[in-house]
Amino acid sequence: MTLTKTDSDHQQQNVGSTERLASVGSGGLLVLKGLHHRGLLGAAMVGVGAAMLRRGVSGHCSMYEKLGIDHEHTQDPPEPSAYYERGIHVTKSFTINKPAQDLYNYWRNFENFPGFMTHVSEVKKLDEKRSHWKATGPAGMSVEWDAEIINDEPGKLIAWQSLEGADVHSKGSVRFIETPDRGTQVKVTLDYLPPAGRLAAAFAYLFGEEPRQQIQEDLRHFKQLMESGEIPTNKSPRGICKATAEQ
Amino acid sequence: MKALVWCGKKKVSVENVPDPELINPRDAIIKITTTCICGSDLHLYDGYMPTMQPGDVLGHEFMGIVEEVGSAVKNLKKGDRVVVPFTIACGNCFYCKRKLWSCCDNTNPNAWMAEKAMGYSPSGLFGYSHMTGGYAGGQAEYVRVPCADVGPYKIPDDLTDDQVVFLTDIFPTGYMAAENCNIHSGDTVAVWGCGPVGQFCIRSAFLLGAKQVVAIDDVPERLRMAEQAGAIPINFHDEFVYERLLDLTGGIGPDSCIDAVGAEAHGMTLDAAIDRVKSVLPGFDHMHALRQAINCCRKAGTLSVPGVYISLADMIPFGALMNKGLTVKTGQTHVMNYLKPLTERIQKKEIDPSFVITHKMPLDQAAHAYDIFSKKNDGCIKVVLKP
Repeated sequence: MTLTKTDSDHQQQNVGSTERLASVGSGGLLVLKGLHHRGLLGAAMVGVGAAMLRRGVSGHCSMYEKLGIDHEHTQDPPEPSAYYERGIHVTKSFTINKPAQDLYNYWRNFENFPGFMTHVSEVKKLDEKRSHWKATGPAGMSVEWDAEIINDEPGKLIAWQSLEGADVHSKGSVRFIETPDRGTQVKVTLDYLPPAGRLAAAFAYLFGEEPRQQIQEDLRHFKQLMESGEIPTNKSPRGICKATAEQ
Repeated sequence: MKALVWCGKKKVSVENVPDPELINPRDAIIKITTTCICGSDLHLYDGYMPTMQPGDVLGHEFMGIVEEVGSAVKNLKKGDRVVVPFTIACGNCFYCKRKLWSCCDNTNPNAWMAEKAMGYSPSGLFGYSHMTGGYAGGQAEYVRVPCADVGPYKIPDDLTDDQVVFLTDIFPTGYMAAENCNIHSGDTVAVWGCGPVGQFCIRSAFLLGAKQVVAIDDVPERLRMAEQAGAIPINFHDEFVYERLLDLTGGIGPDSCIDAVGAEAHGMTLDAAIDRVKSVLPGFDHMHALRQAINCCRKAGTLSVPGVYISLADMIPFGALMNKGLTVKTGQTHVMNYLKPLTERIQKKEIDPSFVITHKMPLDQAAHAYDIFSKKNDGCIKVVLKP
């Protein structure tokens, strides 16, 4: 995954062909009209018009890109590699001062996840292997999927992945390696792959701007919860600095 | 409640802010009876510490009465009188189990910020920027204390607030700095900086058996206070520090050197002047005291650094450090290790920490207190505030 590759991905076409024609037409018109106006309004019209022209000609809209909307490729599934690159991939190792079996037991009960994973709002156990997951974003937008445990070594390893028909394709694994005197090394990998089409916007919305950092923080919450029994918070009284603002 | 709020460089004011509430099961709410301004608060006041936000409540040296405890706090009850260590520790992680409380893994909610700056995050601290936790401090009427079943220490009734409040930070900090010197009988310990922490370094070095303690500063009243403890004063305005130290140690040099100054050192030499020029750029600490301490320390001696440094250190004579084979010991204080033994020393009257107090004021006057403390006006060495 070189930088060049990523750069070219950013310029991928994501505006549909009818929309591109409309963009070129109305953009051109705006530029022409703007040139007849003086002052700020004229400049703004030229600016907006030029952006629309560019979007129409190139077929790329950076606003769409930010929202995860892709009207050009909605119908066709993306190339596997491009698809993978649009996903979120996290690996993290940390040491928790608890026996591996305790940590395994807590993790194995996926219904505990909403207690430390910010975006996971609900997990329901369906049977010994399968569970139903729901993730909710800040504005209440949510996506759901079923997941299945694909590897399970009590006290040592759990691996799972989402099933066919999931809104979000996800897979993950956690390995617990007990050490003689330092508790348990925990190694986690998590992958989330965005769904096609409109739900992609929800996906981007759910995980925020720094999805890797958020998930890494969530995994830190797991350690804090296991060792400290709670997740630390600095929710504190604050001043408003009114007096010094008036100085 | 009333609280001292940081609003920007050299801007603090006492404001009405919301009362703190219990949030986590291991929290306690403490009604503060005595709180202090620490020398390290001046790094915040002077705008040296990054990740401060206007509105932050300062203060990490405080004690009081337990007002309310969370469901998981079994060792405290309403009405208990406690001192609260400035470091917050979970008690269960790799570091806490090794009694390295100020390195606790789990109490900094903003650990990611500290990791960016330092690779790993130390413990959360009260009222000391967002990088070290973003917790509200205790220059206030009330404070929420997380992990209250680990930090707060119950104080015997026969000791006054003024005698024990410094157990929260500066007494253990000075004591740990002296302990880090691994003092043997016959040793000479030189202490740079005779502020409150330096004063406790001096007295602790004597408690731990130093034959001779040398106090280095340029503030006459601070040198006088050091002298009262039995230290030999050197005013770096009037004397050459290195020559005087050689003279006092028969040419060997001090066995241990303590830098109780930290990031805002000033001095009389060229390097100090360069530091002053550079400090207009963010991120450069004043290193003069540390440089001199490294240079003056005897071969195979110990350099102990309780002084707070924040970011980059420039022109450190690392060649001297290496070739002389110095041992360097530093760190935020593992306060919890010292509460019981130092309380016992106070009870046995081996030391009365209230000697360091020069000013007592109501919390309302905290902004004025910061002003005189930072300017060293009015002979100010240590301010105690009463909410």
